Amino acid sequence: MKNLISMRDLSKEEILHLMDVTGKIEEGKIVPDMQRKLAALLFFEPSTRTMFSFDTAMKRMNGDTIIMSGTGQTSVKKGESFADTLQTIAQYSDIIIMRSPVEGAARYASEVVDIPVVNAGDGANQHPTQALLDLYSIVKTQGTLENLSIGLAGDLRFGRTVHSLAQAMALFNVKFKFISPSFLKMPQYIKDDLKSQKIEFEEYENIEDNIDDLDVLYVTRIQKERFADPEDYEKLKGSYILERPMLSNVKENLKVMHPLPRVDEIHTDVDNTEFAYYFPQAKNGVFTRQAIISILLGEV
Amino acid sequence: MSQIKQIKVNAIKNGTVIDHITAGKVRKVLDILELDGTEIVMVGMNLSSKKLNRKDIVKIENKELSRNEVNSIALVAPNATLIIIKDFEVEKKVSLEIPENIENLIVCPNPKCITNSEDIKSKFRLTKDEPVKVRCFYCEKKYLIDEVKIKK
Ligand SMILES: [Zn+2]
Repeated sequence: MKNLISMRDLSKEEILHLMDVTGKIEEGKIVPDMQRKLAALLFFEPSTRTMFSFDTAMKRMNGDTIIMSGTGQTSVKKGESFADTLQTIAQYSDIIIMRSPVEGAARYASEVVDIPVVNAGDGANQHPTQALLDLYSIVKTQGTLENLSIGLAGDLRFGRTVHSLAQAMALFNVKFKFISPSFLKMPQYIKDDLKSQKIEFEEYENIEDNIDDLDVLYVTRIQKERFADPEDYEKLKGSYILERPMLSNVKENLKVMHPLPRVDEIHTDVDNTEFAYYFPQAKNGVFTRQAIISILLGEV
Repeated sequence: MSQIKQIKVNAIKNGTVIDHITAGKVRKVLDILELDGTEIVMVGMNLSSKKLNRKDIVKIENKELSRNEVNSIALVAPNATLIIIKDFEVEKKVSLEIPENIENLIVCPNPKCITNSEDIKSKFRLTKDEPVKVRCFYCEKKYLIDEVKIKK
């Protein structure tokens, strides 16, 4: 693996290897040393959480970072070509970690520079480190990625995170429940892909009645702005807010995940149940990113 | 019979015939061809065809197609046959095939795609979908060939 640009590039074997390395890093069996290694974090679009997660991952391995954030301070605005900006940054650093609203930006960067590039999100397209940390959270809590029953709830139409997760889990004979308002359903092209891979899925419109047989419930936020009429949002939102009483009949091994930030789609009364897993999930993101950087820099 | 055929498809001495163009696609083929306006071009539309039922056809005197032209025509008329004529004889006959990797022939319809904001060559790959689609190498979006614009 030379770069991490898209989940589409990864085989099942590569994903499992990454899970294995992530686990060993978490357990302290592998201690990568990034001393004198410098990661350039190029965030052409703000995303504090993802940036902090990468920054933490690098610093936990004794590495260092340089950060370019927002579009304001980049030379992109002064008319320097994107390729020139990248080539210059590549002279200073050992790895480029990049987020951009432009789709395909990280792929292009990987063609321009000869140091490794990690895609930290390119518009609505890919965010592979999020998908991998989700997979790691699933394997860590369930002991396997095979034959699980996974519910994806919330905005399934515009949510890049749930798209990547659905596509990645399809490699592991998963059974899906898609839970969303009718106009925020999983896009047809993803359902077509799943059908051609013979993956079972069912679609529902409320959380409460459809979570009792799940191993993982992955909740995402429904943005008010998606609704033409704010009243529709108020009417509907109750069906997609997870509350503690709904969890009375769920499986013991159920874990509730969320890519964060949460607004009100998971009631805080869920936080101190054994099912809540969204904060450990964020921590897993650091281990996953440590593993990715270590593998790309040839340290493991 | 032969008289009728003569009228429909006039023979050319030297040049290129693009036969078995999907009926209705000949305008797109003409758009792709780099013509300087002096060539003699004959166009047939909706001719009956054993292979396609109805087909379009183009004949161009004294022109050989570039590789780019051939690849682009394959995209809009995947069943087409290319016939090179020398001295009224068929010198070469090739069935067109869409290349697996399509470089710099298509404009990506996704406005957020990097190929539309940076000066870089587009790259598309054929997918295994039926009917066939192309996927942008950069933004990863998939499109039917009828949905994309062919570069000139
Ligand atoms: Zn594109």
